Amino acid sequence: MGRSSTHQHDVLIIGGGGAGLRAAIAIAQENPDLSVACVSKVYPMRSHTVAAEGGAAAVIKPNDSFENHIYDTVSGSDWLGDQDAIELFVKEAPKELIQLEHWGCPWNREADGSVSVRPFGGMGTERTWFASDKTGFHMLHSLFQTTLKYDNITRYDEHFASKLLVDDGRCCGCAAIELRTGQMRAILGKAIIMCTGGAGRVFPFTTNGAIKNGDGMSMAYREGVALKDMEFIQYHPTGLPGTGILITEASRGEGGILVNKHGYRYLQDYDLGQPLDIHDPEHPRKRTMELGPRDKLSQVFIKEMQKGNTIDSKYGPVVHLDLRHLGEAKINKNLPFVRELAKNYAGIDPVYEPIPVRPVLHYFMGGIDTDLDGATSLRGLYAAGECACVSINGANRLGSNSLTELLVFGARAGASAARFAMDNPDFNVASLEAQAEDESKRIRRDYIETGTTPGTSSGDGGSERIATLRNEMHEAMEGGTGIFRDEKSLTDTCQKIAELRDRFKIVRIDDHTNSFNTDLTAALELGFMLDVAEAIAHSALERKESRGSHQRLDFTNRDDENYLKHSLAFWQDDDAPPRIEYKPVTITKWPPGKRTYGKGSGLTKQENETT
Amino acid sequence: MTGKYHRPHKWNWFLSKPAYMLFMIRELTAVFIGAYLILLLIMLAKLGGGEAMFSEWLVVLRSPLWMGLHFIALVASLWHSITWFNLTPRAMPFFIGEKRLADPLVATAMGYGPWLVISLVILWGVLR
Amino acid sequence: MPDEKTITLEIFRYHPESDAGPRFQSYDVPYNEDWVVLDAINWIKDTVDGTLTYRWSCRMGVCGSCGMMINDEPKLSCAVFLKEYYPNPIKVEPLVNFPVERDLVIDMDGFMEKLQSIKPYIIRDDVNDTSQGEYKQSPAELAHYKQYTMCINCMLCYSACPVVGSEPDFLGPAALALGHRYNKDSRDQGFDQRMEKMMEHEAVWGCTFVGECSVVCPKNVDPAGAIQQAKASAAQEYFKGFIMPRGAGK
Ligand SMILES: Cc1cc2nc3c(=O)[nH]c(=O)nc-3n(C[C@H](O)[C@H](O)[C@H](O)COP(=O)(O)OP(=O)(O)OC[C@H]3O[C@@H](n4cnc5c(N)ncnc54)[C@H](O)[C@@H]3O)c2cc1C
Ligand code: SF4
Ligand code: FES
Repeated sequence: MGRSSTHQHDVLIIGGGGAGLRAAIAIAQENPDLSVACVSKVYPMRSHTVAAEGGAAAVIKPNDSFENHIYDTVSGSDWLGDQDAIELFVKEAPKELIQLEHWGCPWNREADGSVSVRPFGGMGTERTWFASDKTGFHMLHSLFQTTLKYDNITRYDEHFASKLLVDDGRCCGCAAIELRTGQMRAILGKAIIMCTGGAGRVFPFTTNGAIKNGDGMSMAYREGVALKDMEFIQYHPTGLPGTGILITEASRGEGGILVNKHGYRYLQDYDLGQPLDIHDPEHPRKRTMELGPRDKLSQVFIKEMQKGNTIDSKYGPVVHLDLRHLGEAKINKNLPFVRELAKNYAGIDPVYEPIPVRPVLHYFMGGIDTDLDGATSLRGLYAAGECACVSINGANRLGSNSLTELLVFGARAGASAARFAMDNPDFNVASLEAQAEDESKRIRRDYIETGTTPGTSSGDGGSERIATLRNEMHEAMEGGTGIFRDEKSLTDTCQKIAELRDRFKIVRIDDHTNSFNTDLTAALELGFMLDVAEAIAHSALERKESRGSHQRLDFTNRDDENYLKHSLAFWQDDDAPPRIEYKPVTITKWPPGKRTYGKGSGLTKQENETT
Repeated sequence: MTGKYHRPHKWNWFLSKPAYMLFMIRELTAVFIGAYLILLLIMLAKLGGGEAMFSEWLVVLRSPLWMGLHFIALVASLWHSITWFNLTPRAMPFFIGEKRLADPLVATAMGYGPWLVISLVILWGVLR
Repeated sequence: MPDEKTITLEIFRYHPESDAGPRFQSYDVPYNEDWVVLDAINWIKDTVDGTLTYRWSCRMGVCGSCGMMINDEPKLSCAVFLKEYYPNPIKVEPLVNFPVERDLVIDMDGFMEKLQSIKPYIIRDDVNDTSQGEYKQSPAELAHYKQYTMCINCMLCYSACPVVGSEPDFLGPAALALGHRYNKDSRDQGFDQRMEKMMEHEAVWGCTFVGECSVVCPKNVDPAGAIQQAKASAAQEYFKGFIMPRGAGK
């Protein structure tokens, strides 16, 4: 950990995933005079947007309408999404995906040269744009390669942001460790955009890559910004057992079916509509059966398990995702990555055998509380992408809305941050540098030099291993904040996380050198994750209802009277749990209704309400 | 601080992997093709020097040494041609609509086919 | 657990702050037939040696972080299984043909510069507004370049390429394939600009078609094929240049 150096820019983006890169281009394009910095702990093309498979939703075809996409998203969110945000999102979505097309994204095409769309879970019309089943990969690379065109974007690759720098109530930068040298840098901006992605690694069994540790959520939270709706966590119904690698929903959009150990399409028993024959031209019918929303499909899995209808595997109970009837040609054309993943990581060729799957932790609906422009309650700090919560996803995100979200709100946050930067050019560099210096000293003292925090119970050099604490956190989160929750499980988890936060103070790392110290970054990431875990558990404990992905066994109904509102978790201090507050949900034209997926399959709002 | 470590690049890198060896052999076979071209030039020169000179040259060529060299050159040029023909589809892909033609098909159309035809024509010219 | 099966990993270690040269360190790891090599390395980091340094993220063969030399072959460590080697030991080293930063982490600055140098983005004279809708592109036009979009920048091909080894300035397989990808995209009009770079000595003509890049490529990109096609384009440009000096045509 060397002495800090200072770097000044107009706008600083923390995170080089889809959201961060989209924001960077938005600024670079609109304001070529502004200098944009993009800090990322991995090279941008390694960001986890790369792993997204299925596609990105936007209304483009004549059989579709904004109204339909809005309604699907609002009902998908179990009415917890803010309707002004959703309306804006849906209307800007096509423009953003076309923009990406102009930047080279190789979207699949129809014979007439227009882009192809596919059906997706919870969507009443096919509107998911896709680049075979590597959509996120192609989007991320298109975005990254496009940033290479702009001279005014400076990248700080493999720089690990550890703390926001805040002076006089305004966020003006971050302290970041240059991994190669271990040097601390004060990277300053007149406006900051947080784009650090989700936090799936808080859980043991997840589709998320190693870098998704909630870093940005925790950094903002520690500066007093609320984490909103953290109790809403999405389980994706089809992960590979063992690894948690995702088998995309697109495999069901293309017609794949889910069956239990009797070969029975069990979804029909749970109010998700009646199955059509797999060879019926109408199959798969939108908003029914396999194309129901993720929260419901994952919950149904647990119920099937309790009935003893799941299949036992080396990695616990599974059901089968059967794609065989699609045939080799279709699988190769539209789902080649699914085939590759199933073959490599499950030893199964989906052309000939069904794929064993089980629910897997996938996505955070919650995150840093922002407004429609990505602005947070901290002046100068913006957020976009999975780390942010606007909220369009409410209690359950629809598949393929989040890739679009990171474009729409990445671009908006970029534009607003640029405006803020131009309007507020001056800040106190000396004070920020001093903070970065302090951060550097803190890290030296707590991790590099002794591995212990003075004044804590251990005092003799630290004793807790990162992996031990992480494993215990995983166990607590899976046990307490899984698909079904109750008072007891949540209370236990809250207590356990508090204990782990305490023990974390005496974490000891093995690596006491500077260059590329990934032991240090793993420790910092564990600290971030514990913050996020605590916010999740407490938000979940306080929400005494069941809505979307938050299902309480002790409060099984949705309670609009008391809980049609966003939870806000506020950081208190190192030893106290978060304070939970609430704020209203914005309802404009779509009053809360019943979420139906069976009978009213693929129908519009009006039809749905009458069935 | 001792900085980054640069691993040495060995001069005999091609010994480290059979695939590299095969590449080297393919490159070396070009030498034989070149040599044979020179031989053809000499042949033309001899032909220009009159019939006697040419027949004398033909006798020399019938010696076991020359026959052996011819044989080696033949094997080398076959090796060279076949490896290149097999590579052509990758350098010149052909599409029908969105389907890329299978490599063996392109190799035949671009390499083996014309080769066979030209060889037959020459053979026909010689035997006629 | 005395009779638990184990497998040995011999791992290349180098620390820039203290080591003059590399050394190998041997670790015994519990053998699990479902584990990839990366799982074993993570096990070491978590339980016995937190100082071991390497890159990884997605563990599903798509982020391109985890390339390593595994028994002398460049591989994605998240896509190669212990069972392919068991019971023999596995030698793990950083990708060759790159400077080593620390342990299994290589310096990829040069690679990033090469990527940028070929202008890997759509270049157009007439940019449509998004309100005009998408640029039309037929499935056949898409098929012409799609294969070359699949590159995950894992750099295994650079480790397999002897030209990269002997001429570090050679643009190399992935960068050239990426240039070719944009040249072949029906939406792009930047061929001339891109070719200026791709026709330089250290670019397409540096390639001798060893072909190993395509053999090791985990995503079937066939960079070697792309480079030969780019050579054909370069040759055409070269001859066109004789008839009509560059730029005169416009
Ligand atoms: C397997 C999988 C499949 C998915 N499929 C789909 C799909 O088909 N459709 C869909 O709409 N959504 C999908 N999603 C969700 C979607 O991909 C993500 O929500 C989205 O990509 C998140 O993008 P992001 O830009 O917010 O974050 P990321 O892409 O995760 O990027 C985060 C960035 O922040 C940086 N960063 C993080 N912490 C720090 C730090 N401390 N210092 C510096 N930099 C830091 C990282 O380096 C990285 O560059 C999928 C998700 C997964 C996991
Ligand atoms: S061409 Fe293949 S081997 Fe080379 S970087 Fe790309 S994916 Fe990796
Ligand atoms: S960890 Fe992403 S490719 Fe291996």
